[in-house]
Amino acid sequence: MTEASDNFIEIRGLTFHRGDRTIFNNVDITIPRGKVVGIMGPSGTGKTTLLRLIGRQLRPDSGQIFVDGQNLDLLSREELFRTRRKMGMLFQSGALFTDLSVFENVAFPLRIHTKLAEPMIRDIVFMKLEAVGLRGAWSLMPAELSGGMNRRVALARAIALDPAMVMYDEPFVGQDPIAMGVLVKLIRMLNDALKITSVVVSHDLNETASISDYLYLIADGEVIGQGEPDSLMNSDDSRVKQFMNGLSDGPVPFHYPAPDYKKALLGGEVG
Amino acid sequence: MSIGILDRVAQLGRFGLDQIQSIGRAGVFLILAIFSRAGFSNRFSLLTQQLYSVGVMSLIIVTVSGLFIGMVLALQGYNILIRYGSEDAVGQMVALSLLRELGPVVTALLFAGRAGSALTAEIGLMKTTEQLSSMEMIGVDPLKRVIAPRFWAGVISMPLLAAIFSLVGILGAVMVGVDWLGIYEGSFWSSMQASVSLVADIGNGLIKSLVFGFVVTWIAVFQGYDAIPTSEGVSRATTRTVVYSSLAILGLDFILTAVMFGEL
Repeated sequence: MTEASDNFIEIRGLTFHRGDRTIFNNVDITIPRGKVVGIMGPSGTGKTTLLRLIGRQLRPDSGQIFVDGQNLDLLSREELFRTRRKMGMLFQSGALFTDLSVFENVAFPLRIHTKLAEPMIRDIVFMKLEAVGLRGAWSLMPAELSGGMNRRVALARAIALDPAMVMYDEPFVGQDPIAMGVLVKLIRMLNDALKITSVVVSHDLNETASISDYLYLIADGEVIGQGEPDSLMNSDDSRVKQFMNGLSDGPVPFHYPAPDYKKALLGGEVG
Repeated sequence: MSIGILDRVAQLGRFGLDQIQSIGRAGVFLILAIFSRAGFSNRFSLLTQQLYSVGVMSLIIVTVSGLFIGMVLALQGYNILIRYGSEDAVGQMVALSLLRELGPVVTALLFAGRAGSALTAEIGLMKTTEQLSSMEMIGVDPLKRVIAPRFWAGVISMPLLAAIFSLVGILGAVMVGVDWLGIYEGSFWSSMQASVSLVADIGNGLIKSLVFGFVVTWIAVFQGYDAIPTSEGVSRATTRTVVYSSLAILGLDFILTAVMFGEL
C-alpha cells in the first residue's frame, strides 16, 4: 500500500454515534507523515472523540482507520498495545499518575518498554523535563502542580519514548502566555527535529494555525473545510469564514439543538 | 405522562438484559485480567504493594473485630452453657463458630467494606481522571498493570485475614472465658482440640474465605473499572461494591455451608 507510507493516519468513511447523536458522518481525514495537522472546530464537535478513535479507545460504528498502514479494527489486543507505543498522546487533563512523582511519571513508559539502565533513564527524563521547562519540578507530586504544569509534564511523558506520532488534545488551554509561546514552538520543533507526525486538536485558532502544515475544520459531524492555514483564512465558504473569524452568527450554530426559545420561556416544551 | 403496564414490563426486561450484559462484561474482564501474561518485569513488586494496601491495611479492623466477636461469643456461650453445667464446651463452641462461619463471613464483610470499597473508589477515580486511558495510550494494558495485582492481592489476603480473625477471636474467648469467668483452662482447650477437625472445619473455612475473597475482589475491581467516570458514578460504584459483595457473601455462605456441612 504505497499511500500508507506517505500517510501516517488514514481515516475512511468514519461514522460514529453517541446514543442518538451523530458525532461523525462518513468522515475522511488523512494525516501525512512528518507534518503537523491541526484539527479544529467548535466545542462538542467530537475532536477529542476523534483522537480516541485513532487510539482505538473507541471503535467506529462504520468506516476504517489505518495507523501506519495497519487497520486498527483487525488488531488483536496485544497488537493494539504494540501499535499504541508508536503514538504519544497528551490528554486534556494531563492524566498524570497521581501516585507517582513527576520524575516517575516521565520515566514510566521508559521503565515499561525499555531495558535502559537507571542513569540513562535519569538522563532522558531530565532532558524531556528540560524541554518543557520543568526539570526543577522533578520531585514534586502531580497534586502539587498547577493545571498548566500538569499538562507540560504529561507532554514530557508523551514524548519520553520518542513516538512516531504525538496527539495533542487542547495543549494550549490554561497556559500562561509565556508557556503557551514555548509550547507552540516546542510542538513544531519536536515535529521537525524528531521527524514525527503531530495531530493538534484545539480551538485556539492563531496558535494552531501558526504551527500547522494542514488544517481540518470539523463541525456538524463532517469536515467543513480543509487546507493549508492561509487558504482556509481566505476561504469563501461561509462556515469556514465564521469559524476562522470567530463570528457567533452564521451557518454553524452556537446553540446546542433546542426547541424554540420563546416557546420554552412561555411554558412550552423545554427539552 | 403516566407509565403504562407495557412500559413497566419493557423497563423490567431492559433491566434484566442490562444485568446479564454486565455479568458477561465482568466475566470477560476477569478472564482478560488474570489469564494473560503480564509482560512487565516488576509484577511481583506491584503485587506486594497491593498486598500491603489491601491486606496489611485491613489488619487493624479485622483483628479488633475478631477480638470483640470472640469475647462476646465466649460470654454468651458461657451464660447459656453454665445452666447445663457444660461451660467447658465454650472453647469448642467458639472455635467451631469462628472457623466454620464467623471467621470467613465476618472477615469478608469487613473486607468488602474496608478494602473492596477502597479498590472500587481508587480504580473509578483513575478512570475519571483519564489515568487508565493514558496508560492504554502508553501501550500498557491497565487490566494487567492495575487490575491483576489488585485482584490477586485480594484473593491472597482474604484467607489470611480470616485465619487471623479466627485466631484472635479464640484468644478473645480465652481472655473472657478462662481469665475472667474462670473456665478451667485444660478443659477449654481440650474440648476445642477434640472437636475441631483440620479438614472439615479449618479446611472448609479456608475454602470459604478463598471463595469470598475471589468474589469480593472481583466485584470491587470490576465496579471500579466499569464505573461511570463522574464523581456520582464513582460514588454509586462504591456503594454497589459493598451491597453486591455483602449479598454475594451471605448467599454463597449458605450454598457452601449446605455443600460442606449439610446432607447435599
